Amino acid sequence: MAWAIAFVIPYAVVFSAFVVYPIAYGLWMARDPSLYRDLIANPLYAQTVVNTVLYVGLGVNVKMFLALLLSGFFMRRRWWITALLPIFILPWALPAIPAFVSFHWMLIGEEGLVDSLLSALFGIQGPLWFTDRRLALGSNIVAHIWKWLPFWTLTFFAARTAIPQEIYEAADVDGASGFRRFAHIVLPLLGNLYLVCTLLSTLWTIGDFTTVALVSGGAPSYSTNVLATLGYYYAFDAAQPTLGIAVVMSALPVLIPIAIILMRTLHTREVQL
Amino acid sequence: MSTITAEARLSSRAAARAHSAVRRRRYLSNAGTLVLSAALVVWTLAPIYNMVLISLEPEGDVFTDHIWPRVASVESFWGVLTQGHWYLEHFWHQFANSLYIGVMVTFFALLFGSLTSFAIGRMRLRHGWLVSNAALLTYVIPASFLAIPFYRIMQNYGLANNPWSVIAALVAFATPYAIFVFQEYGRSIPIEVDESARIDGASPVQVYLRIYLPLMAPALVAVGTYALLLAWNEYLYQFLLLSSKSSMTVPVALAQFLSSDQSPWNYMMATAIIYALPPIAIYYAFRRRMTAGLTMGGVKG
Repeated sequence: MAWAIAFVIPYAVVFSAFVVYPIAYGLWMARDPSLYRDLIANPLYAQTVVNTVLYVGLGVNVKMFLALLLSGFFMRRRWWITALLPIFILPWALPAIPAFVSFHWMLIGEEGLVDSLLSALFGIQGPLWFTDRRLALGSNIVAHIWKWLPFWTLTFFAARTAIPQEIYEAADVDGASGFRRFAHIVLPLLGNLYLVCTLLSTLWTIGDFTTVALVSGGAPSYSTNVLATLGYYYAFDAAQPTLGIAVVMSALPVLIPIAIILMRTLHTREVQL
Repeated sequence: MSTITAEARLSSRAAARAHSAVRRRRYLSNAGTLVLSAALVVWTLAPIYNMVLISLEPEGDVFTDHIWPRVASVESFWGVLTQGHWYLEHFWHQFANSLYIGVMVTFFALLFGSLTSFAIGRMRLRHGWLVSNAALLTYVIPASFLAIPFYRIMQNYGLANNPWSVIAALVAFATPYAIFVFQEYGRSIPIEVDESARIDGASPVQVYLRIYLPLMAPALVAVGTYALLLAWNEYLYQFLLLSSKSSMTVPVALAQFLSSDQSPWNYMMATAIIYALPPIAIYYAFRRRMTAGLTMGGVKG
């Protein structure tokens, strides 16, 4: 027993010093209720909350639904689909910083690749992506989907390959194909996984800093920030660290319920598959 | 007699019609998947093509709205490799810093993760499930949200501009996943293996080193790859904590390019491409093991 405790101690030290302590320190820094009153009265904060909801809500759900559909597409046995898979996972393999820097320059305006293409192919003048709030927010969401779609597609793909082939064959004999096969076999078998993945992705995306910081950078005029980037802006650019930490801690009432549902779903996962 | 041949002819004609309908459907479905495949290739490669396009521009000629490189110049790649621009003076030093952090994070995440899961799963530490559940709580609050207090703490410890501050943060973040995957994977190894070694007089350390670690090799590879790539891809903590010349890593150097409007973008993109090559190589080398790691880890369904 002494050995067992000794084996756990290194991680326990890391966990206390670099997880528990920073959380406690953060909560202590943001303990003043007046900070939250200031935030609620601040229109920039309200807009950031809306942005975060849009970014996470659209980004995660569109991405997961496309991943579910594409995982079925990659199940087809055609040589060009098999050849496509290694290309398709490139965004996942590519480090985030170069990828998002490239997105930023691709959309930089008439000199960017997207607007150059629009003018070369259709002769139209493309928009200035980072001067319009909706376009800039959309660019962040598209960049997020681009980066993470392969990861979730592969996850669903791995789960689909675990579905026994006989189930499909039995469904074929019964004349179920296409949409009915999807609704009666794939959805019931992958439903639980889909929920777990969506919740996990929601947690991760709420905390996403890199995408927004590098693609739109909050432009135009701080109007496309999410909580993580606004917290950073207050803490390090505006020298108001307590306000910055209050911005991110204000997400806790959303994060904790998601984590609880996630834990519960994980514990019941043995039921499926 | 004639009616029978007529019937046979009719049915064969129906069969041929059905056959051609099947063929037409197959043809259409193939065409559909081809179109979708082509669209996916364009979608996937557009940002990557953009990186290559900018990196191939000769200096001072970046962003002149064209979609093909007019004069493909590899001078930028050469410039990065020989540190030939003042933005890139310390490229290899920064690269070594990135590598050092990645290797250390991998080593400690595997060490602490395997020790903990060994104690919980194999030595049946009492209340061990509490440890593994508490570890997963790390993921409730995103790492980016803890950057501000973490920065403060590291300043108080005097660890600003010290790579160990980033290593500590990333080990704390990678180890819960390691514990989780090791626990799941460890279930497939019968506990009797440990017990018989114990009866033969092996100490817990010997069981851990000689039996547990070799049997866990596939999980160690999967999690090690994950930890290495996590460290290689991390941006915010490195950006905050490593700003001095000697401690800076490649992602921080890339971000420095962004802080000026007059930066040499072709060099930046060449740096980005060179920085992206090692993880891409690792992904393709370990692709099958990585997805195996995924399915044996939490997202099993």
